[in-house]
Amino acid sequence: MKIAVCAKYVPEATAQRRLDPQTKRLDRSGEGTLNQFDIHAVEEALRLKEAYGDGEVVIVSLGPERALEALRKALAMGADRVVLVSDEGAAGSDLVATSRVLAAALEREGADLVLFGQQANDSDGAVLWAAVADRLQRPLISQVAELSHEDEKVLGKRQTEFGYDVIEAPLPAVVAVSDAINEPRYPSLKGIMGAKKKPQETVSLGDLGVGAGAAGEAGSRTEVNALSEPPARGETMKIEDDGSAAEKIVQFLQEKKVL
Amino acid sequence: MKTLVFLEHHEGKLQKDALGVLGKAVSLGGEVEAVLLGEGVEGLATEAGKHGASRVYVADDVLLAAPLPQPRVDALESLVNDGGHDTVLFAATVLSADIAAGLAARLDAGLNWDLTDLVEADGRLVGKRPALGDSVYVDVGWTSEPRLALIRSGTFEATETGGTAEVEKIEPRLQDFSLAARMVEQAHEESEGPSIEDADMIVAGGRGLGGPENFALVEELAKALGGAVAATRAVVDAGWYPYAAQVGQTGKTVSPKLYVAVGISGAIQHKVGMQSSGLIVAINKDPNAPIFEYADLGVVGDLHEIVPQLTELVRARKAA
Repeated sequence: MKIAVCAKYVPEATAQRRLDPQTKRLDRSGEGTLNQFDIHAVEEALRLKEAYGDGEVVIVSLGPERALEALRKALAMGADRVVLVSDEGAAGSDLVATSRVLAAALEREGADLVLFGQQANDSDGAVLWAAVADRLQRPLISQVAELSHEDEKVLGKRQTEFGYDVIEAPLPAVVAVSDAINEPRYPSLKGIMGAKKKPQETVSLGDLGVGAGAAGEAGSRTEVNALSEPPARGETMKIEDDGSAAEKIVQFLQEKKVL
Repeated sequence: MKTLVFLEHHEGKLQKDALGVLGKAVSLGGEVEAVLLGEGVEGLATEAGKHGASRVYVADDVLLAAPLPQPRVDALESLVNDGGHDTVLFAATVLSADIAAGLAARLDAGLNWDLTDLVEADGRLVGKRPALGDSVYVDVGWTSEPRLALIRSGTFEATETGGTAEVEKIEPRLQDFSLAARMVEQAHEESEGPSIEDADMIVAGGRGLGGPENFALVEELAKALGGAVAATRAVVDAGWYPYAAQVGQTGKTVSPKLYVAVGISGAIQHKVGMQSSGLIVAINKDPNAPIFEYADLGVVGDLHEIVPQLTELVRARKAA
């Protein structure tokens, strides 16, 4: 069983995030890391491979060259190789453009199962899988909190606004997992040492047969025009607990007359 | 402008958020139509008319009975291509987000999501999207048509205007791959006990509790306050607490007088379900947790220390 996991390189969660006033894009110049939500997808891929007893887990990503280092975390966890689509021409790709590039990279891999994490923690986007599934013309299950595999089919349990759905899809399929699906493993020292030696391929748009006008801003259909301050909200107060926090909360509730 | 609004429905009722989006589309002007996809859904067209749709396209098909996205992408593709709609709007849900993104790929159309407003400026449609934990607002646009948009849940209130819609039946052709995924089971839990939607005081627990056994801390505090217990999606999905107690985008929307968030980081999916609470108090050990950006009182500390003390103090106060 061959499993491809789509993973995104995102700014460190601890870094002060800002939008570049010029480009109005997220400033990605600082330290980066593997999107936390995608680590759950990597873990699920490894578990499926282990349960199946055989197979390959490939990490597929679209991002800058330096994303490779962050993607090595997935290799250290146990993934087999990385394919990074890195191309100046892909910078600023929106949903239609990103899904086109990723679908081309996934077509080339021909995996039985494509996994996504629940969302990107930088753009709060949680839609990419559906666009990719449509381009690949494969069945889709999203928001999956429990995944099982047997007889060339996957079965996913997922949450919606109304409760739980259980959806079955024949392979090849696209599945987006929720972060509740598993507790990802920590890479072992051996895994970390071995990660650098695993295959890490960087490909260009040309390698994938994606034309210059089909990716990046030229291939995108949305734009960001302006940044503004959010509407004002009430004052917020933040205190550190020094042992008296509970008392301070009670005082606050009394002042506000809810207690 | 010719707008198509996707109307999601559940158990014979139109979704309120979808009607809210319909109302917004009407206020923007132009021709506003809506689409209903499902089995036995024609009757819902009347309500869509009352909310301002001039025409409602209805596909009644057993293959559209289960709320799965891909056959709906097929139906919308041909509808938008034939109808020439320049704008397609969705109220964001688990289902509609997948439909909108699939349709974007199919039509090579721009999709902007998580919008909290739509305005017309200089003859162009502009979407307002909060970003970076709502710390900045971004004006987004489209560089081609049709323009697709997902509106954040709870953004526009549904209002009746009292019109009548013309009903037009459609028979979409569905693709094989769109019918490959199959709904095996739908489990819709009924809530037990008092609903969190009616509670004046809510104590909510999140992943920071560390394990299901620690929900006792939350329950004790809720009991002392005379309130109800709520939970985040993460802990409900992890099986720590029942779905009926879930607050957030895929759960309930609550507005109690007091909302105490215990071990909740406060991701946007949670925020949309509780941001209209009167007072928000948050206890979390991570000083960078997004919830501190909108809690009236944020306490950085160990919930295992603070919550039992708080419960004691509240009890003492109530007994006094």
